[in-house]
Amino acid sequence: MSRGRIPHWADVTLVPLTSVVLAFIISGILIWAIGESPWGALKLMVEGAFGSSYGWGYTLYYATNFIFTGLAVAVAFQARLFNIGGEGQALVGGLGVALVCLYIPWPHWSLALIAASLGAAVFGAGWALIPGYLQARRGSHIVITTIMFNFIAASLLGYVLVNVLRQQGSQDPSSPRFPSDTALPKLHEILGVFGIPFSTVPPVNISLLIAVAMCFAVWFMLWRTRLGYQIRAFGESEPAAEYAGISPVRITIYVMLISGGLAGLMAVNSVMGEQQRLVLNAVEGAGFIGIAVALMGRNHPLGVFLAAVLFGFLYQGGAELALWTGIPRELIVVIQALVILFTGALDNMVRIPIARLFALRGAR
Amino acid sequence: MDLMVLVQVLDSTMRLATPLLFACLAGLISERAGVFDIGLEGKMLAAAFMAAAISYVSGNVWIGVVAAVGVSVAMALIHGLASITFRGNQLISGVAINFLAAGITVVIAQNWFRQGGRTPSLSGDARMARIDLPFANALRDVPVIGPIYHGILSGHALLVYVALLCVPLTWYMLFRTRFGLRLRAVGENPAAVDTAGVSVVALRCGAVAICGVLCGLAGAYLSTGLSAGFVKDMTAGRGFIALAAMIFAKWRPWHALGAVFLFGLLEAVANRFQNIDIFGFNLPVQAMQALPYILTVVILAGFVGRAIPPRAGGAAYVKEH
Repeated sequence: MSRGRIPHWADVTLVPLTSVVLAFIISGILIWAIGESPWGALKLMVEGAFGSSYGWGYTLYYATNFIFTGLAVAVAFQARLFNIGGEGQALVGGLGVALVCLYIPWPHWSLALIAASLGAAVFGAGWALIPGYLQARRGSHIVITTIMFNFIAASLLGYVLVNVLRQQGSQDPSSPRFPSDTALPKLHEILGVFGIPFSTVPPVNISLLIAVAMCFAVWFMLWRTRLGYQIRAFGESEPAAEYAGISPVRITIYVMLISGGLAGLMAVNSVMGEQQRLVLNAVEGAGFIGIAVALMGRNHPLGVFLAAVLFGFLYQGGAELALWTGIPRELIVVIQALVILFTGALDNMVRIPIARLFALRGAR
Repeated sequence: MDLMVLVQVLDSTMRLATPLLFACLAGLISERAGVFDIGLEGKMLAAAFMAAAISYVSGNVWIGVVAAVGVSVAMALIHGLASITFRGNQLISGVAINFLAAGITVVIAQNWFRQGGRTPSLSGDARMARIDLPFANALRDVPVIGPIYHGILSGHALLVYVALLCVPLTWYMLFRTRFGLRLRAVGENPAAVDTAGVSVVALRCGAVAICGVLCGLAGAYLSTGLSAGFVKDMTAGRGFIALAAMIFAKWRPWHALGAVFLFGLLEAVANRFQNIDIFGFNLPVQAMQALPYILTVVILAGFVGRAIPPRAGGAAYVKEH
């Protein structure tokens, strides 16, 4: 079934929405099968995630993580590179944040934020550079190498936290707390300036604004710059791009640097914004959720933003579910899997019937 | 390191290599047919849960093994549906399978047993019994042969020997049967197979189903043979190690045996020793854990021989092309 059969608006809205609805229906059946009420669960999730500024705060905090990792996957996808290494790149990005915050005394959070963002992006980009280089120069498959680099990153971080950064006398494999001058202002403080009341509990912080800015920056880069054009051309057709004088090696390396940098930036939100220290599992699977977010968002920054908020809702709603019902948090992993399955792999299964519907309407 | 320790390490290498061997051969057959499968991990995990849960409920491990194979094949067919029938992205489908298994095993385990996503401990007939090879006890004290035969080769669960047997079987199937020839051809040049009047879809579905069976055995061994029960995320990256071993073996069955033994040995050594001193240089345990992945990257980069995957791998076959 050719792509041209569906209008563009349907391709970017109807197809992903249908996939999400299918994912929700199957998850509902699962909830029903384990003896809980799907309707009650949905209500609980919506109330838990959007019913209060407390819920919103957590939803937006998670969404911030997913915007970064979603953009990372989306940028790579634009060049037809499947970067599943977001998890590892974010872990190493966290190391960048920790080193900047621990070893340099910062007078003010704003300076620390700039430096930590740079540290996170550079470390994340560096971690993505090796698979990128190997793909571009030596032809090793980027999917396999990025998966391997996730595991290597986890081992590296384990080593650093146990043997290098761990506090004297502490059993806990984690870095010391960052100095309080590096604490990022939270959303309630920012909104408080305008007199808007917001819950003080959730860790949502100024990184949310950086994430939104990054959405815009990525959009601008992809659709308004020469590099972006080259990236998209390369993704559409590698031979054509090469014929047009676009170097595959250069594009692959640039894309992986940008992608890794974005994934690394996620650590600013989680490590600097929330935990204020580096722990073993600082990323908590957000690197992988980025895959679902990018697929659902059709690799467009606006789509990524919306999908990230949806997954933020799922994460926060899922936590509420686990708190109040017998449904474990892992339900969101199932929903995430179904979203990836339907939007990514079973794309044609969803698209072909929709295309038929449009063909029917057109024939009438 | 004395002889006793060496025997113990090699004995646990045998056990740790078994799930890797099953999964590695599973991936090998699937990829030889041109279907990339990074969902080995997920299929193994789902099978591990099913094996432990059904073994516990029924009290018979072999019923559990059958159930494990069943669930693993079902997931393999989802992968087949996505990547063969609907020509979806094989890598994305594999990623989805991994997440599906990671989530659904905990949700169901928690609902079923209420033990935080694990199954109760298995005992008695719900676990895989160890098998003593003939004359193992008699040969026990014979030097050299004794430790090797009694200490390392004998005393494993049946599936360990099944896994070893799968190596020549896979080799024979791939290189000495008509099915194997076609299966390899479909991974190299599906158009030629199609022209010859053989169904590409049927062959690939067959390969994916065999992959499901082997992953099922891998998972079942993991939860009922290697350990006594299922715990959350218990595959712990073994599916990816198996994938690494497959690349290491350059998609060849006998080499796969060597690769999984190497990776099993690394795991056994990392489990046995926390830090290793090599000529005064301290090798941390994390380095041992990362070694299989690093080796794979090095192999993939072509620094130690080229690893060339089947040519048509990763792409759906479209008849009109």
